[in-house]
Amino acid sequence: MEKNILKNPKFRYQRLWIFSMLIMCVVSLTPLIILTFTNYYQYEEVHTVEFTHQVTQLLSGTKQNLEFFLRERISALSFIINEKSFDELADKKKLRNLLSNLKSSFDGFIDLGLIDSRGNHLSYVGPYELLGKNYKDQEWFEEVTLQGNFVSDVFMGFRKFPHIVIAVKHEIENGDFYVLRATLNTDILNDKIHSLMYWPQSDAFLINNEGTLQTSSRFYGKILEKYPLQIPPFAPNAVVKPQHDAEGNTNIVGYAYIQQSPFILIVNKQSVDYMANLFKIRNRLMWFLGISIIFILLVIFGSTTFFVKLLRKSELRQAKALHDMEYTNKMASIGRLAAGVAHEINNPLAIINEKAGLLKDFASLKPDFNYKDKVLQGVDSILKSVDRCSVITHRLLGFAKRMDIITEVIDLELLLKEVTGFLEREANLHNINIDFHFTEDLPCIHSDRGQLQQVFLNILTNAYYAVKQGGKIDIYAKKLDRDEVEITIADTGVGISEEHLEHIFEPFYTTKGKYGTGLGLSITYGIVQKLGGSISVKSKLGEGTKFSVHLPIRSKDF
Amino acid sequence: MDEIRVLCVDDEEELVSAWVERLQMRSIEAEGVTNGQDAIKRVKEKKFDVVILDIKMPGIGGFEIMKLIKNEDPDLPVILITGHQCQDEENEGLIAGSFECLVKPVDIEILVEKIMKAVKS
Repeated sequence: MEKNILKNPKFRYQRLWIFSMLIMCVVSLTPLIILTFTNYYQYEEVHTVEFTHQVTQLLSGTKQNLEFFLRERISALSFIINEKSFDELADKKKLRNLLSNLKSSFDGFIDLGLIDSRGNHLSYVGPYELLGKNYKDQEWFEEVTLQGNFVSDVFMGFRKFPHIVIAVKHEIENGDFYVLRATLNTDILNDKIHSLMYWPQSDAFLINNEGTLQTSSRFYGKILEKYPLQIPPFAPNAVVKPQHDAEGNTNIVGYAYIQQSPFILIVNKQSVDYMANLFKIRNRLMWFLGISIIFILLVIFGSTTFFVKLLRKSELRQAKALHDMEYTNKMASIGRLAAGVAHEINNPLAIINEKAGLLKDFASLKPDFNYKDKVLQGVDSILKSVDRCSVITHRLLGFAKRMDIITEVIDLELLLKEVTGFLEREANLHNINIDFHFTEDLPCIHSDRGQLQQVFLNILTNAYYAVKQGGKIDIYAKKLDRDEVEITIADTGVGISEEHLEHIFEPFYTTKGKYGTGLGLSITYGIVQKLGGSISVKSKLGEGTKFSVHLPIRSKDF
Repeated sequence: MDEIRVLCVDDEEELVSAWVERLQMRSIEAEGVTNGQDAIKRVKEKKFDVVILDIKMPGIGGFEIMKLIKNEDPDLPVILITGHQCQDEENEGLIAGSFECLVKPVDIEILVEKIMKAVKS
């Protein structure tokens, strides 16, 4: 698992980022969206109830108004027919006076006529030539004969003009009867229902119980045309309910049966009227939701990115610390092993040294003898070889020094030459040219010899790897203004791409494939930091790489 | 000037014999022993000017021998020789008690120089 994490850290953090984003989005956005929609639907419900109530009140008011209008006019005719004698009503002059009085007291009356029980129009006052007409076969006449009074629906009749007839019957003692009949202007009905049409996209009209339009409708046709929809069922009071049409719009439809008449008052509020407020609210809610979502997403994006980055940094630091420790332990083990080997070799080496020295002493002190020169040459060769071995064992012993920081005064020039000395054989083998550039004012510094050797050895090993055959390495050392020295190691190697340069000090990051551990430069970075300094790198592909190490002249409190 | 008397102590007999011979060739009266007991015995028996002492030896170690020698003759300078290293923090105090500490293999001329210095001190 841990291996996978280290192998694919980018993928892992990306997955973590996506997962956190999704969780946070779901947790924070779901309640917001649910709340917004619930709010909207609750508002819609309240709005529908309010709107329906408003329409119901208007509808009930208009129904009462219409019923009162018709009742009033029937009562007026009933009063006249009961109050006046047949002869008075048959007298055209008196009838005209009555019509005139009616018109002045009640609006809507057009004409007035007296009809006997056989349907003959005996007397008539009004704008039409109806005297002598017979109504025996007309439906309204049959109705009034049976019911005593009657309100007709709108019809053309002999006038060829849409009108309403109201009639009342008066029975006389001999069992005969006569009928007082008046015509009403249909415009009056339009005026009565006009109050229901104050919304721009609403319709209010009357139909009769056979489904014929009694006033013109805004949506369903003109007067006396057929109402295309189903006739609503009878209800004593006004009924209002929302209705969804084929296009998905919600209309508020209401109707009321007008008592003592064939009329059904219908009102239809189109969705535009009804929805206008809802649209406003919906738009406001959508804006609120949209802005909230954007804001939440930005916060989630920012915080998730920040915390995943923080986690990544912390895990990297932890991994680096762990591997620093492992590396230190490894180096300490190697050091102990090297010390043991050096010690075991130093003893026989000392014997060889002394025995060869003894031989040299003998040969030098004795007078000339055969092959004296060759013996002396041989002994010198042995002593030189002993010296070489001794240098190697002393170096090995140097590595055996403990890994903690031990501050001492260090001559950087000597130290850098010593480190390059370790790699001398490698340099000669690959014909690598090393040049030193030290300024005269370069001071000695207080630092840890072993750790600094490690730092420069790591940088130089990388430089050697980069320059390959016939390359050049320049080592610069100078004092800076502040109490610091700068050591720069520049090579003419293959260089490092920008992509790799970003990660070069990260643990386990290597460009050497199976030949690299990815620890060298991270350890170097750690040591330089521990010594109170800093390290930076500049590189250009194909031109080379330059490592700069800044170290304090006086040791800091480690 | 009297002949300088040096006692060489190392468990490697070949090394001790070579030191003794080479020092004698340089007019130094040297003798060698290969263990701690003999070294202490010789110091008790004879007055030496300098003791050359290997630190790591089987039986009684170099530091123990040095302590015993110093008990016998606190002014007798001891030059420690080691196959390891002289900057050993664990034994820092003990090394400080010696006149000098040298890492094997030691150049005879340097050894003679250190002996001379020790005698003069």
